Amino acid sequence: MNDIHTTAWPQLKTAGFNGIIVSFGAGLSEPANRAALAFRDALERAGLAGVEETSTSLVSTYLRFNPLALDHAAMRDALRTLLATRDWFAADLPQGRKLWRVPTVYDPAFAPQLDEAAAAAGLSRPQAIASLSSARVRVQTIGFAPGMPYLGELPEVWNIPRQTALTAQTPAGGLCVAIRQLVLFPVATPTGWRHIGQTAFRLFRPETDAPFVLRPGDEVVFEQASPEAYANLQSDPNGGAVSEVLR
Amino acid sequence: MSNHLNILRAGPSMTVQDQGRAGYLAYGLSRGGAVDALALLEGAALLGQSAELAAIEMAGMGGEFEVVEDTRIALTGAPMRASIDGVNVQWNASYVLPKGVRLSIGAATTGSYGYLHLGGGVCGALVLGARSAHLAAGIGARLQDGDSLEVGPDAGGLTGQKLGPDGRFDGGLVRIVPSLQTEFFADSEIERFAATTFQRDTRGNRMGVRIIPEGDGFKTEAGLSILSEVIVPGDVQVTGDGMPFVLLAECQTTGGYPRIGSVLPMDLPRVAQARAGAALRFQFVTLDEAVALEQREATRRKSLRGAVQPMIRNPHHISDLLSYQLISGVTNGDDLDREAAG
Repeated sequence: MNDIHTTAWPQLKTAGFNGIIVSFGAGLSEPANRAALAFRDALERAGLAGVEETSTSLVSTYLRFNPLALDHAAMRDALRTLLATRDWFAADLPQGRKLWRVPTVYDPAFAPQLDEAAAAAGLSRPQAIASLSSARVRVQTIGFAPGMPYLGELPEVWNIPRQTALTAQTPAGGLCVAIRQLVLFPVATPTGWRHIGQTAFRLFRPETDAPFVLRPGDEVVFEQASPEAYANLQSDPNGGAVSEVLR
Repeated sequence: MSNHLNILRAGPSMTVQDQGRAGYLAYGLSRGGAVDALALLEGAALLGQSAELAAIEMAGMGGEFEVVEDTRIALTGAPMRASIDGVNVQWNASYVLPKGVRLSIGAATTGSYGYLHLGGGVCGALVLGARSAHLAAGIGARLQDGDSLEVGPDAGGLTGQKLGPDGRFDGGLVRIVPSLQTEFFADSEIERFAATTFQRDTRGNRMGVRIIPEGDGFKTEAGLSILSEVIVPGDVQVTGDGMPFVLLAECQTTGGYPRIGSVLPMDLPRVAQARAGAALRFQFVTLDEAVALEQREATRRKSLRGAVQPMIRNPHHISDLLSYQLISGVTNGDDLDREAAG
């Protein structure tokens, strides 16, 4: 059995006045991603006194607590105790995962930075579309905007940095790329990621009983659709996306 | 028929705000809520009601309002020019707004966000447990001319009360703790950050405000390829061009630009309220110092109701009459304000 106290990870870090992050790695890896999801689940079940909210990002679990009731040192002790109960890197993915197929338009009129991103990856436009539309990527975390997935991991050629400057506005449904990951925006937003595809998939539906569509662990293929098909896709909240349960 | 607030003329960015939606961080939805959380507490103290009731947040500029029943109101946050039936009224105070009478709220004289509180609070759709508009998430919308908002039942209470003025509207010193990505900045850059005077940029909204340093932008060793990590309100994010943003109530929940530190929750209203051009400085404190500061502020906020004072100097309401200067007869009229603020 791994002795987590003799290895570099996980690490505890302060996240503002009233938060702590349990980080399972410096870079993205699937075991670290699974560890973060599983540890958050355990933290929710443990019901530690003082914990007010938990979430995950790519390879870490975040908790918010009230330091006026329980100080950072005491909370860190409680977290270390829970961490020591198992090897989190060996955790399974969450239950009830789905596979989504999401129609995506890669035409430059809908994807203004596809050529720029392809060039950064050393690919032609057709090569880039073939690579992106066939990749089966997994929701690693939900964050930034409501219901917004970070998806990975793309082939190594897509290890391209974010832009130095922000794009003023990328539309809702925009598919964007950087550092071997995809993000899909639920709302129009400024971003440093390059806009390489467009979907009509509504990720956040606050007026419904199921406001958040995707879950960490779900898998997605962004299949190529024609620009002509886009208008039709827009009339469907799922934007033509279909899902099946993964077993 | 229940009480309603009619918006005869809406300022450019008015929204319904309460304490926001906690608990949706895992789904990518930030808490949101009033960008100056302290103003909600002040309004609750003035009206003697729950701080969970929703109010109207007015960015930079108010609007024109009337009510269909006599209604207790309070005005807090950034002081704005205001009048009831054409008679000027002072800010940070409570009144009765008679039915059908016009309440006019103009531009902020200092600060950025003013608040209109109503006895019984603003009702309106509960979405995911709160009434707050969250513009970045597409929940709710800016208020428009002609909107009519239901007002909740008011248990009643005093009016003609005031709180002393607060100094959080002109920028100033803001306390900050090191956070998970502070180590991505060289010590020399952190020291320079703490020694720099910043100007609040014209670019700013409920998500965050950009602050412009006197000298160069801030360099990080992290580059543009660090993993996206959780963001909390108060985080000071440095974008690729070296310019810092202080993130506020409606910020994104994760981000890939490194953060040099995180502003104490108690000092965040000072950042949110600083108007364009106001000077801001940052002082790093330890977590222990931060806990002590927040503890003291929590105690002060709990006793806000005790700091509420009648506006008119009625001797029956002044317990320590002898301490007032009764001889000169000339004051600048804010003695009570200063005392309440002290």
